[in-house]
Amino acid sequence: MRTLLFILQKEFLQIFRNRAMLPIIFVMPVVQLIILGNAATFEIKQIEMSVVDRDNSLSSRQLIDKMEASGYFAMSSYSVDGRDTGEELLTGEADMQLVIPKHFERDLRTVEPATIQLIFDAQDGATAGVANSYASTIISDISRHVAIDRVHLAAESEVSRRIAVIPANWYNPNLNYQTYMVPGILVILVTMIGTFLSAMNVVREKEIGTIEQLNVTPLKRYQFIVGKLLPLLIIALAELAFGLVIARVLFDVPILGSLSLIFALATVYLLVMLGFGLWISTFTHTQQQAMFLAWFFMVVFILMSGLFTPIESMPEWAQRVTLANPVAYFIKIMRRVMLKGAGFGAVSVEFWALTVYATLILSLAVKQYRKVSA
Amino acid sequence: MKIIEAQRLTRKFGDFVAVDAISFNVEAGEILGFLGANGAGKTTAIKMLTGLLSPTSGDATVAGFDVYSQPEKIKKSIGYMSQRFSLYEDLTVAENIRFYGGIYGLSARQISTRRDDLLERLDLGHARDDRIRSLPLGWRQKLAFSVALLHEPRIVFLDEPTGGVDPITRRQFWDMIYETAARGITVFVTTHYMDEAEYCDRISIMVDGRIEAIGQPADLKKSFDVASVDELFVRLARPVQA
Repeated sequence: MRTLLFILQKEFLQIFRNRAMLPIIFVMPVVQLIILGNAATFEIKQIEMSVVDRDNSLSSRQLIDKMEASGYFAMSSYSVDGRDTGEELLTGEADMQLVIPKHFERDLRTVEPATIQLIFDAQDGATAGVANSYASTIISDISRHVAIDRVHLAAESEVSRRIAVIPANWYNPNLNYQTYMVPGILVILVTMIGTFLSAMNVVREKEIGTIEQLNVTPLKRYQFIVGKLLPLLIIALAELAFGLVIARVLFDVPILGSLSLIFALATVYLLVMLGFGLWISTFTHTQQQAMFLAWFFMVVFILMSGLFTPIESMPEWAQRVTLANPVAYFIKIMRRVMLKGAGFGAVSVEFWALTVYATLILSLAVKQYRKVSA
Repeated sequence: MKIIEAQRLTRKFGDFVAVDAISFNVEAGEILGFLGANGAGKTTAIKMLTGLLSPTSGDATVAGFDVYSQPEKIKKSIGYMSQRFSLYEDLTVAENIRFYGGIYGLSARQISTRRDDLLERLDLGHARDDRIRSLPLGWRQKLAFSVALLHEPRIVFLDEPTGGVDPITRRQFWDMIYETAARGITVFVTTHYMDEAEYCDRISIMVDGRIEAIGQPADLKKSFDVASVDELFVRLARPVQA
């Protein structure tokens, strides 16, 4: 136990003396949280729309006005005789082209179905889909109004008005994306710090050769590992606390669940990620190798964590892969506890998964870290 | 009393035999010079004796403990200064001493008295709170040696301790080695400097994983009919290097 104190003292001295690492540990995550928290959003605003209005009628202008008034669309160009070749889409001047054919108004007022054409830049399928649904909502709204105007279709509209849908957005009533994203980004930052620091810290001792010196001392394996991981755990938790304050103060993200639950679960989770870094350090020889390997795992973990794309919409096999992704568990935990005020019961599955994970990865790392080379 | 006994100690890496059935004894309190060209197997032999590497076959005891079954007991009885630098450059002299003293289980009082003794002996009292990084190489090496002796081991292994050090510091370093041996601590030292080999009680010359010669420098020179250890070394090592 006393030995452990000496190691902890040495580790803290080294961490706080490292002028290059200190800002990386404490400043970088905060800056990232602030930048990403503001930037990472799926809300789609200001869809650039190029309009070819061949009808140039009251109805067609009404449609365009409605679209613009929604706030989602901004007209980038307008012409009455333009070609619908979608050139603006190619150059990126527009994200979408609206083509209103001749006789739009006439068709609208008769039984002929009126048609308009929407062309989307669908490189990013999700954005195009959202734009499409915004546009469809506005257009169907117009056609309903037209329908009401037409006496002979009044009965039909009565039917459509009989089912009234009243949506309620639980847990994030204002559909604020920051509320949804910030807890996830917080997880990523704590994760990166924990994994990279633990992988690099042990490999650094290999690089400078001091690990050999430690290996000829009576220092026990568990003392070395606890001595290495505990300071990093404390730093990562401090960072989480810091991040939570920023989330609350700057982004106004609610923290409905209990803070002690958040920190208890974060500790289990960090044991997984620190163990992961330690495991990487057992078979790499330079900080560069460790960094690349840690980065490889990080990218896979983060992209498959459900932070940016919902896990539920991934293919079956990918969903099964995410079961082995600790980051996915902790993002679920953080969102549930922070935004929904979940208690332990609602995250117990994730807790047990992380506990098993921590046990496995730490035993693997401890087993692979040897004082004696075979 | 024999403090190190090795019997046909062997280490293979795949097909490569780094250390080939070496047998030798080291008496308590003697200075054994362990010579050999680069790649002759010196460091591998030291790693087996210090418990860093397990032998492929053969037997060895260090300070009376078996290298296979009691490596942790061996570690309490030995000091080790590796080729690579063993102190933390970003910590101060005093912090390094406290750390290494601490992991060897010394009490706070022992650490502070031994630290003060050590700094006085090395005349480094003024550098107590300097970071290791800021010290000249010669000082660092002397300090590393002293730190390796902090827990008063029975044997100290020095792997090329004077590499890259100026001649005056080298001289001072050897004075420290003599003082250490005079205190009854066995010194096991590898070196590339043949003049240093002359200072040893006994030397062993390793060639290609085997010990080709072992004995007192004077006896070896006589039996191989050479004028210096340097000449002896070149004669034994040449076939490999060519």
